[in-house]
Amino acid sequence: MEIVLACAIGVLTACGVWLLLRPRTYQVIMGLSLLGYGVNLFIFSMGRLALDSEPVLAPGVPTDLAHYTDPMPQALVLTAIVIGFAMTALFLVVLLAQRGFFGNDHVDGREDAE
Amino acid sequence: MHLPLITLVALPFAGSLIAALLPTNARNAESTLAGVIALLCAVQVALLFPDIAAGQVIRQDIPWLPSLGLNFVLRMDGFAWMFSMLVLGIGALVVLYARYYMSPADPVPRFFAFLLAFMGAMSGVVLSGNLFQMVLFWELTSLFSFLLIGYWHHRKDARRGARMALTVTGAGGLCLVAGVVLLGHIAGSYDLDVVLAAGDAVRAHPLYRPMLVLVLLGAFTKSAQFPFQFWLPNAMAAPTPVSAYLHSATMVKAGVFLLARLWPVLAGTDEWFWLVTGAGLATLLVGGFAAIFQNDLKGLLAYSTISHLGLITTLLGLNSPLAAVAAVFHILNHATFKASLFMAVGVIDHETGTRDIRRLSGLARYMPVTATLATVAAAAMAGVPLLNGFISKEMFFSEAVFLAASPGIDRALPVVAVVAGMFSVAYSLRFTVEVFLGRDKCGALPRQPHEPPRWMRAPISVLVLACLVVGTLPQWSIQRILETAARPVVGVLPDFDLAVWHGFNLPLWMSLLSLVGGIALFFALRSPMRRGHLAKAPLIGRINGKRVFRSLLARLTLAGRHTRRLFGTRRLQMQLMLLVLVTLVAAAVPLRRLGSEALLAGGDRAMLEFSPMFALMWLVGAGAAIGAVWQAKYHRLTALALMSVAGLVTVITFAWFSAPDLALTQLSVEAVTTVLIMLGLRWLPKRLEDVGRSQPLRVRARARVRRGRDLSIALCAGAGLALLSWAMMTRSFPQSISPFFLERALPEGGGRNVVNVMLVDFRGFDTLGEITVLGVVALTVYALLRRFRPAPESAGLPPQQQALPADLVTDLVDPYSDEDPARGYLMVPAVLIRLVLPLAAMIAVYLFMRGHNEPGGGFVAGLVLSTAFIVQYVVSGTQWVEAHMDLRPQRWIAFGLLTATATGLGSFALGYPFLTTHTAHVSLPLIGDLHVASALFYDIGVFLLVVGATLLILTALGHQSVRGRRVRDNEEDERKEGAH
Repeated sequence: MEIVLACAIGVLTACGVWLLLRPRTYQVIMGLSLLGYGVNLFIFSMGRLALDSEPVLAPGVPTDLAHYTDPMPQALVLTAIVIGFAMTALFLVVLLAQRGFFGNDHVDGREDAE
Repeated sequence: MHLPLITLVALPFAGSLIAALLPTNARNAESTLAGVIALLCAVQVALLFPDIAAGQVIRQDIPWLPSLGLNFVLRMDGFAWMFSMLVLGIGALVVLYARYYMSPADPVPRFFAFLLAFMGAMSGVVLSGNLFQMVLFWELTSLFSFLLIGYWHHRKDARRGARMALTVTGAGGLCLVAGVVLLGHIAGSYDLDVVLAAGDAVRAHPLYRPMLVLVLLGAFTKSAQFPFQFWLPNAMAAPTPVSAYLHSATMVKAGVFLLARLWPVLAGTDEWFWLVTGAGLATLLVGGFAAIFQNDLKGLLAYSTISHLGLITTLLGLNSPLAAVAAVFHILNHATFKASLFMAVGVIDHETGTRDIRRLSGLARYMPVTATLATVAAAAMAGVPLLNGFISKEMFFSEAVFLAASPGIDRALPVVAVVAGMFSVAYSLRFTVEVFLGRDKCGALPRQPHEPPRWMRAPISVLVLACLVVGTLPQWSIQRILETAARPVVGVLPDFDLAVWHGFNLPLWMSLLSLVGGIALFFALRSPMRRGHLAKAPLIGRINGKRVFRSLLARLTLAGRHTRRLFGTRRLQMQLMLLVLVTLVAAAVPLRRLGSEALLAGGDRAMLEFSPMFALMWLVGAGAAIGAVWQAKYHRLTALALMSVAGLVTVITFAWFSAPDLALTQLSVEAVTTVLIMLGLRWLPKRLEDVGRSQPLRVRARARVRRGRDLSIALCAGAGLALLSWAMMTRSFPQSISPFFLERALPEGGGRNVVNVMLVDFRGFDTLGEITVLGVVALTVYALLRRFRPAPESAGLPPQQQALPADLVTDLVDPYSDEDPARGYLMVPAVLIRLVLPLAAMIAVYLFMRGHNEPGGGFVAGLVLSTAFIVQYVVSGTQWVEAHMDLRPQRWIAFGLLTATATGLGSFALGYPFLTTHTAHVSLPLIGDLHVASALFYDIGVFLLVVGATLLILTALGHQSVRGRRVRDNEEDERKEGAH
């Protein structure tokens, strides 16, 4: 299982980075989102994978990481998901404004900038 | 009764604020306010003298960041007392003088506000008991002196002079910061008392030299020591009261203040001797020599100030306690006679309209009192017996003679002292003889000269009287003050005798020699200068400090621009690539140490059993991600759909590995993001696929190289992160702080859902920041879209709607009509969706309420509710929704943020730090036991804000179609009108 998730993280990251380096604004937004998935999964995986651990405190279960999932990476990722949404929204609006302002969708606002 | 020390600093600043708010023409009110404040503080300081003279050190600690050991410390010993007296006493006199000097046309509120603020900053410098705090006030004096020098900002020379002063003293201030950091590091504390006691340790420390150089750079730039002296003459563009204040008693004295303040710590070494005495002597000679050849009265005084500061620096550099006492004495004397001289020049300027020595002559006939006062003050400056300047100069001469230093210095020092004395006699003569005596040339002056108003002359009289009293009765008048002031500097006071007459000894002969030599020099230079020769000082006149400074600045700017062109880029792709590359390198360096085999082999942690379903799912997910990459350029909607598939696979992964909270949140964010981007795509014109095909071969080849490069970077990044996560996941971690949260969540956070408790309690501050960001982003989006101009290609109706003939009768209802769109084919979804709204609200409340103990919480609940609202918009149209529901997302945001902050602040009321949670159990009929934590209210804030922010972002985008329609309608109307 670990290897599958590691590969998945790798593919998402590679896709994200590739799109990040593209010249079109929409590609960059897509890239950021894909990179976001990859990085969130990566942070999440830092708590180590567990199939049937308790996510919520249950009576009589000793409070250690052998019996519960690691809450810390989850809390961090939860924050990251929401912030990621906010950033996507902001970039999208900047993208639209830039398209209307410059008349093209190049990240630098100039077609010849490549 | 003594007021606390803080009033001496706070009162001027408070007065500055009040002065700034007074009306422009309130000259009397302004000057009264400033004068009363300065006088009040001065009297307050004067009353402290008996305590201070008894050796007491008054200290006031105001806790600021006690956990970091940072306090606001004010401390007054004898030396600080003397300086406070100078700053506040001369400040009061300058205010009185300025009342008459400033013309009614000048905006006086600004003047007095700056002057008072400067006074406060200066008191802050002299009273600081903490080095960092002193540096802070030091920088404030630079800042306010900049504002004061540039007061007449319509004048180019004022602007330039102010900028130069700020650049030089500001750069020096930065050096001083670095020096103080080092000094504090060496001494182990920034507290002045500790530092002053650590002299031996500091001098023996290996970092002593760099620290000394940095501190001296700060002091020398401020006190206009060679080679930084050039800013001071250029600062003479300031109004004369400013010059009288800044360049006699305060600003430039801050540098020598620092040298004397740190004298017990830094002095006593060879480095100190050579650097400080060297700079001091050079300044003494250069300043004195240049002063002789100035034709502007203020210029003459500026160079003489430089020269006298050089003298003080020299005295401090001699490593002799007696010389240090002389330095303290000369600080006092110079402040009195120089302030009065500046004021006298101001009077001359004010009453005759010029400050040019060549045009002034015989003024004594018209303003005899001023002439007498100025002559006495100038005589003090020259060191004529029976005046205060004579006594301190005599002390300098005797130090120069009796100092036991290396042989070269031993012999050179008395010669330099006499030569410098001659210079000062010569320029003092030039100041008095040329201006007040001689032929009457007043007919050619811009104004007919006469005596100034009595109160304008009063400050000069007071200061000159002080010069006389100190000069004739030193033991009676100044001995005790000097002892008090000098004791903290030198520690144990040496024997000194402030008598006027010491008998015929060597220093007296030196004094007489410099007097005679100075008179001879003056008469020798008089006739060539009258004939217009020697308009600039020989030898050094050609070196123009201003020009050197400007060319240096220009070169610096050029170098900066060059560097930016060399290393910077404005191209986003390049910047992002550099960012990724740096990240790659930063990650690769530590991983190399592990070795690739160890990385690939993984660790010893027991792995989970392989599940084909999971692998298959990620096969689809990865395929979708790659598909999204493939389609992102030309088929945006397809790319979005494919990306959502990858997102959903991520959601399932979270759920798979026991993270229900993440799965819930990611799922709802996924939905909202998809709607968001679809709304945006409406305004992004289609890209045509054949654009790049027709490009020349060379361009396409270059593009291929670029893609190859980017592909390899992307593959490296992906492989790197995969390897890293593989290596981490297969190893157990020895330590984690997570058990802490697991253990404390229930007893201290009062919730079973640890992730939620962390968000609203343990890491509540973090969440507050996060929701603030969310609110700010929503408002930014809203603001950006208010002025939004869509691309022209997308401004019209979408092609699908254009394809319909206008006369077609169809179920498709015009989405812009005000009617209820729930008709025809939209009837079923509209009704369903409206029924869903209360259900969704209920689910949101449910998710919210259980959030503390089960998966859920404010974030998810907020997203669910806003999704339900958005669906209403999608199906029923903007107009219908807003006609039927009063949603004001901005208010949701505001209330959310206020609720969260108020909950956090509530714990203050109970005496706990910000955001401490309190819990209570309540039993309610029907509902049963209810667990209420204050975190619940915090979560309500989060919920409200998430709803508001999401709604605001999405509806702002959605409103564009309404706006676009309106714009289109207007254009059509105009076209029709034009046709008619």
